[in-house]
Amino acid sequence: DTSVLAGVYGPAEVKVSKEIFNKATLEVILRPKIGLPGVAEKSREQLIRNTCEAVVLGALHPRTSITTVLQVVSDAGSLLACCLNATCMALVDAGVPMRALFCGITCALDSDGTLVLDPTAKQEKEARAVLTFALDSVERKLLMSTTKGLYSDAELQQCLAAAQAASQHVFRFYRESLQRRYSKS
Amino acid sequence: MKETPLSNCERRFLLRAIEEKKRLDGRQTYDYRNIKISFGTDYGCCIVELGKTRVLGQVSCELVSPKLNRATEGILFFNLELSQMAAPAFEPGRQSDLLVKLNRLLERCLRNSKCIDTESLCVVAGEKVWQIRVDLHLLNHDGNIIDAASIAAIVALSHFRRPDVSVQGDEVTLYTPEERDPVPLSIHHMPICVSFAFFQQGTYLLVDPNEREERVMDGLLVIAMNKHREICTIQSSGGIMLLKDQVLRCSKIAGVKVAEITELIQKALENDQKVRKEGGKFGFAESIANQRITAFKMEKAPIDTSDVEEKAEEIIAEAEPPSEVVSKPVLWTPGTAQIGEGIENSWGDLEDSGKEDEDEGGSDEAIILDSIKMDTGVEVSYIGSHDAPIVLSDSEEEEMIILEPDKNPKKIRTQTISAKQEKTPSKKPVKKRKKKRAAN
Repeated sequence: DTSVLAGVYGPAEVKVSKEIFNKATLEVILRPKIGLPGVAEKSREQLIRNTCEAVVLGALHPRTSITTVLQVVSDAGSLLACCLNATCMALVDAGVPMRALFCGITCALDSDGTLVLDPTAKQEKEARAVLTFALDSVERKLLMSTTKGLYSDAELQQCLAAAQAASQHVFRFYRESLQRRYSKS
Repeated sequence: MKETPLSNCERRFLLRAIEEKKRLDGRQTYDYRNIKISFGTDYGCCIVELGKTRVLGQVSCELVSPKLNRATEGILFFNLELSQMAAPAFEPGRQSDLLVKLNRLLERCLRNSKCIDTESLCVVAGEKVWQIRVDLHLLNHDGNIIDAASIAAIVALSHFRRPDVSVQGDEVTLYTPEERDPVPLSIHHMPICVSFAFFQQGTYLLVDPNEREERVMDGLLVIAMNKHREICTIQSSGGIMLLKDQVLRCSKIAGVKVAEITELIQKALENDQKVRKEGGKFGFAESIANQRITAFKMEKAPIDTSDVEEKAEEIIAEAEPPSEVVSKPVLWTPGTAQIGEGIENSWGDLEDSGKEDEDEGGSDEAIILDSIKMDTGVEVSYIGSHDAPIVLSDSEEEEMIILEPDKNPKKIRTQTISAKQEKTPSKKPVKKRKKKRAAN
């Protein structure tokens, strides 16, 4: 039920103050549904931006800007993972050169240690810890991780392994939906 | 990004076509584009598509204290945002004129027409009232933002349900949606804006201009009307001079259009109501048509996590646990202690007198850095013990005695120029310092 709409503009003109001479300037803008964007949105923007930075081949488009605009359409849990997936798909659709695809997976640990992948808002609220990972498609390596709550290192490794297994499904979804998209032309 | 200017030939082409009563997308002069309304899973959330122009509307409510001069009325707040997604020209700082104009028009249309009963939003007179906030986001700009926005606003308001509240004497109880069904807002009528674009000083008129037509138009007339044929707001901009009968004709057209649109809205609201009651799936994810080739859905997929535990244990067994870094604070005088040391001052050569100290510090530290570099293959535990014996070249202290954790022998460091045996020729330090900065 969580929906995020992503739009990518780029490579496009960049203001002189923001230009980087040897690579593209990445910008991510996240708009919440209600109210004006605040600090939480800013921190999510930075997380997404850093993930993109690792994956996008900015050196192919120096002195340009690649802007991703994300609009939260509905939030029912696992929002950051949804934003990451939307960003990746939008970048692919826009034809931005990347070295790998990435996906976001959220994991929640509740008080008795049970692992729940892709938690709903209710599950997130009642969980002891919520972990979000960004994994890349080539070797399932970790690109970004952000966590909230208390957990042991064993649990961290478990969540990471589960996320890697789940990322298979997400990448398969990417592949199939892209096949459908490009089958028309 | 700057907006690409419209070329002269395109402008002329559009104007000539309009003179011949032709529109680029094949519509007639008084035709509206296809309107599509879809709802989200939360109450008060909707997306309205007018052709390709898309607006997302969301209504939310909050209990606040009322305005001082209106103690018994609730507060309505409208906010239209032109998202950067809508057009490349919409940058955060650049759309203020258009934004203000649209916001103001929307407010006049919805607030001043009293379509929402604000008295019913009062909970405790003078203390607690509902503040209803309508957030509209423009997702795609293909002309006629105001119409799409007004439809989205009124649909979202009609769809919204606020939590039920009961007042018994002095006690106010706010029920959650689980306890008691949320209550719809009381809406008297639905004002909808209809835009008319004028060309060639008012000779030609088009209803629902799209983006290209908006760019070549001379002026815009917006009439907000409800289905009872009452005009709620009327605004003419662009400086065109209209005759009385032109305005009357427009209002008649608007009446017809508004009736059609209101019917469409009612049908959409009823449909959504029905689906929710029957327990079917609703929300944006469902409203994406399955048959379109660009849409793809995947059902919930269970993930096999049975081998996760073994994998995790393997990983942990292979990794050494991080070393216990015990920081030993050094007590200088009662009230002043030092834990560890700072990094060398990397501001570069300050003055000659400072140089030798920095050199010595640099050389010392550079050697440690080398050994750290060799160790990179090994686990964390080793690195932990190289607890940075680095000289604070700026410190005023003459002598510092640092106790290292077990492995390294005691080192006596002095700031005085003499007495540094061990070390490498003074040529090298400069090079090694640079290496340190590169490593940083």
